[in-house]
Amino acid sequence: MSPDTPPLDPIFGRLTLDAIPYQEPILVVTFAVVALAGIFAVGALTYFRLWGYLWREWITSVDHKRIGIMYIVLAIIMLVRGFADAIMMRLQQAIAFNGSEGYLPAHHYDQIFTAHGVIMIFFVATPLIVGVMNFVIPLQIGARDVSFPYLNNLGFWLTAVAAILVNVSLFVGEFSQGGWVGEPPLTGAEASPGVGVDYYLWALQISGLGTIIGGINLLATIIKMRAPGLTFMKLPIFCWTSLCVNALIVLSFPFLTIAVTLLTLDRLFGTHFFTADFGGNPMAYVNLVWIWGHPEVYILILPALGVYSEVAAVFSGKRLFGYTSMVYATVSITVIGFVVWLHHFFTMGSGASVNGFFGLMTALIAIPTGVKVYNWLFTMYRGRVRFEVPMMWTISFMLTFLLGGLTGVLCSIPAADFQLHNSLFLVGHFHNVAIGAIVFAMMAAIDYWFPKAFGFRLEPFWGKLSVWFWTVGFFVAFLPIYVAGLSGVTRRTRVFDDPSEQNLQILFVIAAIGAFIALLGVVFFLVQLFVSIRNREALRDTTGDPWNARTLEWSTSSPPPEYNFAFTPVVHDVDAWADMKARGYSRPSEGFKPIHMPRNTATGIVASVLLLIFSFAVIWYMWLVAGVSFALLLLVLIGHTFNYNRSFHIPADVVARTESERTRLLAQQG
Amino acid sequence: MKPHRIIALLPLVAILSACNAVVLHPSGDVAVQQRDLLLYATELMAIVIVPVAFLTILFAWHYRHTNTKARYEPEWHHSTKLEVVIWGVPVIIIIFLGMATWTTAHTLDPYRQITRIAPDQLVPPGTKPLQIEVVALDWKWLFIYPEQGIATVNDVAAPVNQPIEFRLTSSRVQNALSIPALAGQVYAMPGMETELHAVINEPGDYRGYSSRFSGAGFSKMHFTFHGKSAADFDKWVADAKATGTTLDSATYLQLAVPSEGEPVHRYANVDPELYKTILDRCVGQSPNMCLSTMRANDLKKGNGLCRPNVASN
Amino acid sequence: MTTTTTLSHAKDGEAPVFYLTEEHDHDGHSTVIGFWIFLMSDVLLFCGLFAIYAWLGGHYANGPSPLDDGHGGQLFHLPVVAVNTVIMLASSFICALAMVETRKGNVGPALKWFGLTALFGVAFLYNQVTEYGHMAEIGATYQTSAFLSCFITLIIAHSFHVLTGIVWVAILAVQVLQHGLNPANERRAVCFSMFWNFIDITWVCVFIFVYLMGVLR
Ligand code: HEA
Ligand code: HEA
Ligand code: CUA
Ligand SMILES: [Cu+2]
Repeated sequence: MSPDTPPLDPIFGRLTLDAIPYQEPILVVTFAVVALAGIFAVGALTYFRLWGYLWREWITSVDHKRIGIMYIVLAIIMLVRGFADAIMMRLQQAIAFNGSEGYLPAHHYDQIFTAHGVIMIFFVATPLIVGVMNFVIPLQIGARDVSFPYLNNLGFWLTAVAAILVNVSLFVGEFSQGGWVGEPPLTGAEASPGVGVDYYLWALQISGLGTIIGGINLLATIIKMRAPGLTFMKLPIFCWTSLCVNALIVLSFPFLTIAVTLLTLDRLFGTHFFTADFGGNPMAYVNLVWIWGHPEVYILILPALGVYSEVAAVFSGKRLFGYTSMVYATVSITVIGFVVWLHHFFTMGSGASVNGFFGLMTALIAIPTGVKVYNWLFTMYRGRVRFEVPMMWTISFMLTFLLGGLTGVLCSIPAADFQLHNSLFLVGHFHNVAIGAIVFAMMAAIDYWFPKAFGFRLEPFWGKLSVWFWTVGFFVAFLPIYVAGLSGVTRRTRVFDDPSEQNLQILFVIAAIGAFIALLGVVFFLVQLFVSIRNREALRDTTGDPWNARTLEWSTSSPPPEYNFAFTPVVHDVDAWADMKARGYSRPSEGFKPIHMPRNTATGIVASVLLLIFSFAVIWYMWLVAGVSFALLLLVLIGHTFNYNRSFHIPADVVARTESERTRLLAQQG
Repeated sequence: MKPHRIIALLPLVAILSACNAVVLHPSGDVAVQQRDLLLYATELMAIVIVPVAFLTILFAWHYRHTNTKARYEPEWHHSTKLEVVIWGVPVIIIIFLGMATWTTAHTLDPYRQITRIAPDQLVPPGTKPLQIEVVALDWKWLFIYPEQGIATVNDVAAPVNQPIEFRLTSSRVQNALSIPALAGQVYAMPGMETELHAVINEPGDYRGYSSRFSGAGFSKMHFTFHGKSAADFDKWVADAKATGTTLDSATYLQLAVPSEGEPVHRYANVDPELYKTILDRCVGQSPNMCLSTMRANDLKKGNGLCRPNVASN
Repeated sequence: MTTTTTLSHAKDGEAPVFYLTEEHDHDGHSTVIGFWIFLMSDVLLFCGLFAIYAWLGGHYANGPSPLDDGHGGQLFHLPVVAVNTVIMLASSFICALAMVETRKGNVGPALKWFGLTALFGVAFLYNQVTEYGHMAEIGATYQTSAFLSCFITLIIAHSFHVLTGIVWVAILAVQVLQHGLNPANERRAVCFSMFWNFIDITWVCVFIFVYLMGVLR
């Protein structure tokens, strides 16, 4: 597919009306629903005159708390899409037996599992952890903002437009059908000539860019913006895991960038990096993508482990057991995580010693991970365990994760992996960790920090119900998947037309039921949000410290003022806030100074939208549009550097007013 | 909680039906060793996983908020003895696991010649493995028997207790040959050759398929692997010889056109050079375009950093 | 984080200090480390390109190789490349002179040296373009073989950085003229010089690993 064969329309490129799937009822209905929801949202915003507010307070905001919340909202929206995909796959596999083709042709099914994987990893899990890190880190290290507030805003919008790009592919053209890591030659120009893979590549490229920017920013923040006295060995564990995660991001995402860029060049310009002919080698892509891909899964898991450490300590009413071990364990996971990538393709025949080496390295990771599990265990030991919702997620995680870790280690033994690789057993493994560790952690994090973000707690009843349904739903949905894997079912199988497979249908029916139970877990979470918002007055937190917690973010009000802390805190011990409470800290009520803060900027969203247009244009070969949008993009970015007026001072009397309001609230509740 | 309990029982049903899971009940010696390895590793890890799961529940319950009788030491956060155990136990387990990992990576390496037919039965000296050349096409499998001069599509057979040597490549995209009852899978990749050595111990029909996603027809890219007695195998070959047609470059190129759910068919005469040219990516083209020719040329020109890697795995 | 640790521990009996009463602006004090981190990730990008080149760079697919352009000549012309290497090294040196003046706050001389840095960059790019123009003329394009795909991508990635540097220094010059060498502009100049040195080092790697090792022996 070389771009210059047929004369292309300069404006529309290869985009024609045929690209719009109006003949496919499911998509038309989906589109109608999305369009209606969109119109409704726009109408409501206009009616309540919220545009200005949104623009000023959110879209152009450089406040790390706002940006963190926007990441999480994006993740929750994308989760609906990812989950819809999951349910569709579960249904397809449950019925496609006994000669039935199911209801999804290959063209759809293959897009669905690819989109599901991409969305869950890039646009649900990643934004969730980045959002939580963004919200929590500056507060935990006693800072007023991140190092680069403007880049923070830009990073968010890049992620958001990448998510939009994936969803545009649903209605204009198609999405990739090559799996979430998109390995050539299947995704090369010859085997996949359509636009699907291009959508995939550009979405990854843009979101990768956003993630790198975010990583640089948070890394610099943790290194440079810590409060006085907050040395590295006093850093809360969540900050430690975040530090390692952002280092991992900066070190691994460049490899994704290269893999994606070179594949784009192959497809667009006919280079020969990953083709089977002319000296290219697809295995080069496989290596590059997993050099990124394996660290990526630890990027997702480490902040989750950090959340559990915070939660376990707070709700056991006790200092975290073995802080130093935790730090070393975190760092070891980070380092070893870089030399295990080959375990994703033991089966390509690298030779026994290479496989053996990477297998050993992988198994090593079980040691520091195990240390973490033990440390949570002994944090509960001789504690006072309060079964609040975040703690329930943590306990459920500890039990679920043991299974996921065990199956992961089984995959790390090359000789065993020759049987397990690309079977549903592997699918079981990674959902076991993705759901049992990442999702549960993010649910715990949302429950735990919600009062900090919004000033009221989440109602616990529905939350606990959500824990139960998720946990049970997970096991019902994925234990049968493990079994199917051991029965020799391959991942990405759409139909089971082999007579010898017919006795397996029961497994997929149970798995589908499990997915619906998990769905109830999600629904109860949404109900929990809804009920809590309705009862927010009763659930209001005026103390700023509803859980009797231990780290700095709980020393300020809920929600924190724009400037986080009226005075920069000084830290003396691990768990700074617990230390302050124990040693009779009294809140300052006078002597406020003006506070220096960064100004909002529209560059982030404008540049991101231009990049969205550019990538869409390139996908469809609309060279004119691409050229114009790229030129505008450069202008906007350069123009931004001419702006020297990037900060302002919050006057001392405004600070004083905000703080005395808080004093009043604190006094009120006695 | 009642309804949850009932639902929680469903996985048990699933586990019970696992009793006939093929990976746990294989019929070839390599797969049997892989199964034993899986079970060994699981048992080894259970030594630590099970107690941890148990303690999690125990501690969470015993130190619950409402149990004021339990000891409460909010400042207790370090114990050197415990730390030693915490690091030590996983280290010991991983050492044992690591030894198994390393040795089996070598003994069960798919490139290694089969040395034993069953736990107590070595391969008799002088036995020649059965050669099978495998080509993954879109979306079907071509098996070429160079010694017998036959080829089959989506159907493959081997005599029991005779070592088999598969050589694999692919026509266009990547696939993986997977026959769980026989042995683990190995990728089949265009322009590259991989190997798989295995032996089947019990006669029977086993399921085989591609386990590396390869596009639209992937789900139906399965085949049957027959373990046959020596006599039955010879008959099977003779059948193919009697009924099959010829497979040369021209018919191969027709066969290679993507198709789904291809029925079983056989070829009686196979161009002996065919597999090599497929691997060389020059079926029906001038030999100058063959990968092996190009690589030989590269070698003459290459140097320094850009040394061509001939063995491209 | 300037006035810090002296406050950390209060004397016996006194209540510890839990917050700072003085404020200080920390505008831009993370810029340099942030830029460092960015450069590290850029280094990795080039590492990836070099690795790919090391892997596939010997796959000529019957096409040209460094010593044989298929028309009786060499594909790599070491003299041209050597000249370019000198230009690149010299520009780095000039950039260092510019930084000396910047630190002293001398707007005029700083701009002069920065201008010369950019000019050297332009000369470098000019040489690159003519060199690859020659290659294209004899049909050695990125579509010919994996070797040329890797090689040309690596070279273009580097040239793209040079171009970015030139545009950057031009913009910086305008901004210095507008606002003088205020702290913000000085920070930008520091980042630019880091960037330019990084480009230089990358080129030296290209020179050694691609050209020298491709042609010698
Ligand atoms: C984070 C990663 C993640 C998550 C959470 C999930 C969740 C689920 N996945 Fe997914 N899945 C992948 C990552 C994930 N998956 C990947 C990478 C692939 C491989 C794609 C490929 O082959 O290329 C895959 C493939 C995959 C397949 C294809 C298997 C095959 O190849 O044959 C199936 C089949 O049914 C499936 C099912 C499910 C189901 C039923 C759920 C659900 O049961 C779980 C329910 C999930 C939710 C309800 C949403 C999750 C919620 C959150 C993330 C937090 C929410 C937070 C708030 C609400 C605040 N998944
Ligand atoms: C959140 C993400 C996450 C996490 C945390 C993990 C954790 C681990 N993973 Fe997993 N993995 C994925 C996500 C994740 N994985 C994904 C998405 C894929 C598939 C991608 C694809 O192909 O599409 C994958 C695939 C994958 C493979 C490739 C399999 C194949 O393709 O054939 C392997 C192989 O080694 C592996 C191993 C491991 C190991 C050893 C761990 C370890 O970190 C687990 C460690 C934890 C424990 C072991 C439990 C606790 C420990 C103790 C209680 C101590 C005592 C225990 C012992 C001494 C054993 N994973
Ligand atoms: Cu093909 Cu390695
Ligand atoms: Cu991995």
